[in-house]
Amino acid sequence: MSYDAHFRVWRGDSEKGELVDYPVEVNEGEVVLDIIHRLQQTEANDLAVRWNCKAGKCGSCSMEINGKPRLACMTRMSTFTETEVITVTPLRTFPVIRDLVTDVSFNYTKAREIPSFAPPPDVKPGDYRMAQVDVERSQEFRKCIECYLCQNVCHVVRDHEENKEAYAGPRYLMRIAELDMHPLDVADRQVAAQEEHGLGMCNITKCCTEVCPEHIKITDNALIPMKERVVDRKYDPLVWLGNKIFKRPGA
Amino acid sequence: MSDSTEAIEKHEFDVVVIGAGGAGLRAAIEARSQGKRTAIISKSLFGKAHTVMAEGGCAASMGNVNSNDNWMVHYRDTMRGGKFLNNWRMAELHAKEAPDRVWELETYGALFDRTPDGKISQRNFGGHTYPRLAHVGDRTGLELIRTLQQKIVSLQQEDFKETGDYEANIRVFHETTITELFKADGKIAGCIGYYRNTGGFVQFDAPAIVLATGGIGKSYSVTSNSWEYTGDGHALALRAGATLINMEFLQFHPTGMVWPPSVKGILVTESVRGDGGILKNSEGKRFMFDYIPDVFKDQYATTPEEGDRWYTDADNNRRPPELLPRDEVARAINSEVKAGRGSPHGGVFLDIASRLKPEEIQKRLPSMYHQFKELADVDITKEPMEVGPTCHYVMGGVEVDPDTGMSIVPGLFAAGECSGGMHGSNRLGGNSLSDLLVFGRRCGKSAAEYVDATASRPVVAQADVDAAVERALLPFSSATEGGENPFQVQLELQKTMHELVGIIRKADEMEMALKALQDIATRTRTVSVTGQRRFNPSWHLALDLRNMLLVSLCVGKAALERQESRGGHTRDDYPVMDSDWRHILLVLSALGEDNIELVRKEQVPMRPELLDLFELDELKKYYTGEEIGGHRAGEAMK
Repeated sequence: MSYDAHFRVWRGDSEKGELVDYPVEVNEGEVVLDIIHRLQQTEANDLAVRWNCKAGKCGSCSMEINGKPRLACMTRMSTFTETEVITVTPLRTFPVIRDLVTDVSFNYTKAREIPSFAPPPDVKPGDYRMAQVDVERSQEFRKCIECYLCQNVCHVVRDHEENKEAYAGPRYLMRIAELDMHPLDVADRQVAAQEEHGLGMCNITKCCTEVCPEHIKITDNALIPMKERVVDRKYDPLVWLGNKIFKRPGA
Repeated sequence: MSDSTEAIEKHEFDVVVIGAGGAGLRAAIEARSQGKRTAIISKSLFGKAHTVMAEGGCAASMGNVNSNDNWMVHYRDTMRGGKFLNNWRMAELHAKEAPDRVWELETYGALFDRTPDGKISQRNFGGHTYPRLAHVGDRTGLELIRTLQQKIVSLQQEDFKETGDYEANIRVFHETTITELFKADGKIAGCIGYYRNTGGFVQFDAPAIVLATGGIGKSYSVTSNSWEYTGDGHALALRAGATLINMEFLQFHPTGMVWPPSVKGILVTESVRGDGGILKNSEGKRFMFDYIPDVFKDQYATTPEEGDRWYTDADNNRRPPELLPRDEVARAINSEVKAGRGSPHGGVFLDIASRLKPEEIQKRLPSMYHQFKELADVDITKEPMEVGPTCHYVMGGVEVDPDTGMSIVPGLFAAGECSGGMHGSNRLGGNSLSDLLVFGRRCGKSAAEYVDATASRPVVAQADVDAAVERALLPFSSATEGGENPFQVQLELQKTMHELVGIIRKADEMEMALKALQDIATRTRTVSVTGQRRFNPSWHLALDLRNMLLVSLCVGKAALERQESRGGHTRDDYPVMDSDWRHILLVLSALGEDNIELVRKEQVPMRPELLDLFELDELKKYYTGEEIGGHRAGEAMK
């Protein structure tokens, strides 16, 4: 059942690099990460790759396989033909550190800019009461394993370095939606989503949803409803009139 | 090859937490909340720690689903699960404090599944008398790590508001591995490690260090553990002069995937059985009924009918034997396979398809559905899964004071999987997440108190730093002398442990293993790596190997010494549990780089009022006569 596949792996660092060809053994039931590991154990001991759980739960082994953003641990070799050249490259949106490892600190910076859960001040620990149906909406977004494939594929930043400053990306816009839909969160998040985190820059092409290994409906269930909430606030004629008359600051 | 031009980045903190899983993050939150400047050292990226792999839930006797539950029932279950070898004080603290730790997570933003009246829902699990595990589908570990990670971010946001610096009081060092701890005058003074990204060294001066590095599963070929689980905390502690206990007890989770080969060992959550899944052999027989040990006879159903009724009426029926503690189930599966009644790929069948409706399976076990579909092309709503034992958890770890979590080295603390005692000879499912919350917090708190009580900060000796750097760079200098590829040595170490100190053990095999480990020790010292220092996995492995070797020696030595079978230690040549061994702890300390000393130590007797929580008849199964003389039943007879 074994055969030799033709792998083409990007090797290099932040300054220079190239695609290197490797013939490598493939056995039944293996995934791309197994093949990368085999290369590491044999002819490329210092091949840099991130991985942890090898079960699609930690989101570490994100890379681009034949140009598609994927988790290497969840990409089965049986999805390719035996003669196909399999090209493995690092995530394009983030700076390369070495080989398949990129600097994903953009995501940690954005995570820190999203205001955290604001607990209800008068409810004591142990007294939280929420209905299952109400927590389920946010629970869907909390399935996120932070693989950053959505952040990588989103065209707002993929080829536009200049947008990175103003745009949190799908993962963190979804985080705002998650908190906004949390049954007990008391913060007001809608205006900031638009004005500080770049929700308006998303033009719902759904690329993020397509690459999500957890099959979270990022666009339909998080980003579009969030946009609607913002629009409701921003363009509500009564709110507009109220603002004009009473000059409420920051509404 | 000491490089005098080597520039070492230096930091000063009050508390350094090594490990960014549940225990480490909870410890860091506490240390920071006590006003201490805290560093978190994360071997991987922040938020990727192995805690994410915990599926079933977090055990806490909140009594939301069955109001009969309380800390005493949880305590009893934990001691039974560990076959009464547990550090009873840790088990007591754990059972008492777990509910508060879970409720606290809700104030950090966690969203657990709910009961109809809006409380945190709780599920059944092996060895737990009542539904006790707070959960989120089958991805509870992810919820836990994310919640703690987000709490740390929120603390950083508070600090930013006050000081303009997110990292004023709590800083995360991503992809950083600590290779050595430093002491001064016998007390902790700091540690050194390297950044994976650059290969540069980084030194931390700190009077208190909390180890929270998890387990040792990577010493085995078939494991549910990731590459990080190389026993770093265990080995760092040993080299710093601390002791380990209970290292002979390893938990082989009964249900790991067995096929395809590349995913062999990946966990299949116990919730499958908690939610009704049953184990069958190749003859279609539900075999667990044949494997109920005497000590559990009264608590488990003897017929499938009774077992099935239990799911809907737990008060009037006994639980099915699929929910026996993990050691029992793993041994049973092992026996079935050995007897030739295994599945095609050398496991047994775990069937949920015939037990629940497809929609229900997808709702309750979404990530299991996903995992089998994507990795094995098996639809678990239609077909049974093939499962077999996988090395999952080490009960043994750093010997600590139960209340403070401090080791015998002043200033060195340990929490979570890398600490020892809490789970005795076998851990119950769900007790890991609660363990790391309870003792993570306790360690953070006592580390802060320790720092407050320290008059002057110990100073790291430059000679120690130089020696650590030299050792860490050794694999590069060995390269010129033509040492071995570390991946090769790792494979051999794993094979040795898997085949000779595995789930069923024999004296002669373990002696062979120890001999083989001596040889591997020599080779570990001379492994060589090529390439540069930036993100070079072979260098990382070369250094991890030292730790794997040291903990493997501990496991082998202790397993050979303990001549009985108990929990996660099964001897073919001593198949019976022996009361005379129950009160004995095997304490391990390091003699140099790759030699281990073992001494026996008496377990502290259980406090009388805790002993009285059990019936005398049950205690008789575990204790020698004189040990239970003080029990209330005995006292009443006097």
